[in-house]
Amino acid sequence: MSWAMLTVRIHKEFAGSGDTPFVLAVTASFAPGFTILFGPSGAGKSALLDCIAGLQRPDTGEIRFGKEAFFDASRRVNVSPQRRGLAYVFQSLALFPHLSVVENIRYGLVKLGVAEQRKRIERVATAFHIANLLDRRPAELSGGEKQRVALARALATGPRILLLDEPLTGLDASLRRSILEDLRLWHVAEPIPILYVTHNREEVDAIGERVLTLANGRVLESGSPRAVLDAPRSLPLAQAAGFENVLPARVVEHRAEDGVMRIALENATRNIEIPLGAAEPGSKVRVAIRAGDILLATEAPHFLSARNLLPGTIESIERRGALVQVRVKAGANFLVHVTPGAARSLELATGQLVWLVIKTHSCHLVY
Amino acid sequence: MNGEAFLLSLRLAAMVSLLLLAFALPLAYVLAFFRWPGKFLVESVVALPLVLPPTVLGFYALVAMGPRGPLGKFWQALFGHSLAFTFAGLVIASLVYSLPFAVQPLVASFEAMDRRLLDASAVLGAGRARTFFRVILPLAWPGVLTSLVLSFAHTLGEFGVVLMVGGNLPGITRTVSIDIYDHVQALDYASANRTSLFLMLVCFVILSIVYAVNRRVWSPWPVE
Repeated sequence: MSWAMLTVRIHKEFAGSGDTPFVLAVTASFAPGFTILFGPSGAGKSALLDCIAGLQRPDTGEIRFGKEAFFDASRRVNVSPQRRGLAYVFQSLALFPHLSVVENIRYGLVKLGVAEQRKRIERVATAFHIANLLDRRPAELSGGEKQRVALARALATGPRILLLDEPLTGLDASLRRSILEDLRLWHVAEPIPILYVTHNREEVDAIGERVLTLANGRVLESGSPRAVLDAPRSLPLAQAAGFENVLPARVVEHRAEDGVMRIALENATRNIEIPLGAAEPGSKVRVAIRAGDILLATEAPHFLSARNLLPGTIESIERRGALVQVRVKAGANFLVHVTPGAARSLELATGQLVWLVIKTHSCHLVY
Repeated sequence: MNGEAFLLSLRLAAMVSLLLLAFALPLAYVLAFFRWPGKFLVESVVALPLVLPPTVLGFYALVAMGPRGPLGKFWQALFGHSLAFTFAGLVIASLVYSLPFAVQPLVASFEAMDRRLLDASAVLGAGRARTFFRVILPLAWPGVLTSLVLSFAHTLGEFGVVLMVGGNLPGITRTVSIDIYDHVQALDYASANRTSLFLMLVCFVILSIVYAVNRRVWSPWPVE
């Protein structure tokens, strides 16, 4: 059996609350398998899913699934959501509060015979571990159970495309993993395009085969999660991908033979080295560095391969769950994450002199 | 107390509130879920009986129902008798008079509905009709109940419109509020008091039931 591609080329203006309308302009195609839609809130991720589902009508362009046109502005085709044969799990889940779990699932199956309905309900109930919840109302379910029911209701319809808008927000990591695993097992049996919106880096790493990043209604980049998210090339993306340090800087010189360039961080006393990028000497850029990629030393370290050493003083130390966030003023302000154990053994204290150690390849040029 | 007048009022209120519900449901649906040019005009017309003196409504209803009015002529042609000063005429005038009380609770409960539930219904394959009967109506039922009860109670208590189009025919158009008025006119305060008290009690019980029931319904919108 061959599986169809979902291709999207749409343009839509939304009359926003601000002066300038929000424009969604996306060209992308989605093969069977998971594609993560990643980007800051307000990037247009949900709007894109709404257009694919047929809940919003693009101004121009087309949306196709294989040879079938869901939407084609030039030929005035706009298939209703009821007839697109896809499933959509909303961020709010949108379970019907007045219907029991089994009635929620059956809601999408009314066109099928009773025997087929029973078969499908049994299959999704087993796959998503909700067989013991079938008679409950959504109000009687926990957060994780609701999310399982929403996935089950969506997949029971046998969709050709699955749209998931942050379906696992607000769950703890282990619960998220187990639901993701169920979803992945289902997907092995039914390899359809799955568009998965999330802000959560852990979810990206757990399921992402491909990532499509959006900001301001446009596609920024697409590719493997590592290529796209570990080396962000735009500011909104760097922020969304969880780069705690995005610092303004100026390019000082290129050292092409070493594959690096030297840059001056704003307010910093020393220049640092970053991988060579397409920015001319003298131009203004930004550098993104993860707080977890910076090492802290209490004395000036010697004999290190890391090329970037910055002296600074600790401004604040804050325990955040399993990590300690240290704010260091080294010309510019840096956020550094260390483990509680490291903070203890280094005897870190506010006002203390420290050295920041940053590998060249932990610095990412952002335009 | 005048039982006949009271039964007549109940009959009128029941009929009007049921007829109004049938008319208000589709009207509230298009007002709550669709945007169209001129919608504000329809909204104003629906709200008009809230602010107009009942005598104004009654006056135009009387003119329309009279032997030379459009409604009166139509009725005459259809049934062979005039519409003014009949029970049917009273029902028609009351429909207009209580319209906002039927429509507005419905619009409010429709508008408060989580739109994503309607989206979910559409994506799950349900058309407009199924979404209305399986999702909107069951979730808006406190609004439906409020609509029914408010238009019932409002019709029960109407006076000015009845006076204008109904007159004062025992068993046909003499409702309980007219009856009270008659007692006061005749300086029979004891009778007026008995009837008034009873009417007040009935309205209080009805409203209490509504609020008690409404409190116990499951939350129609998702609770976070």
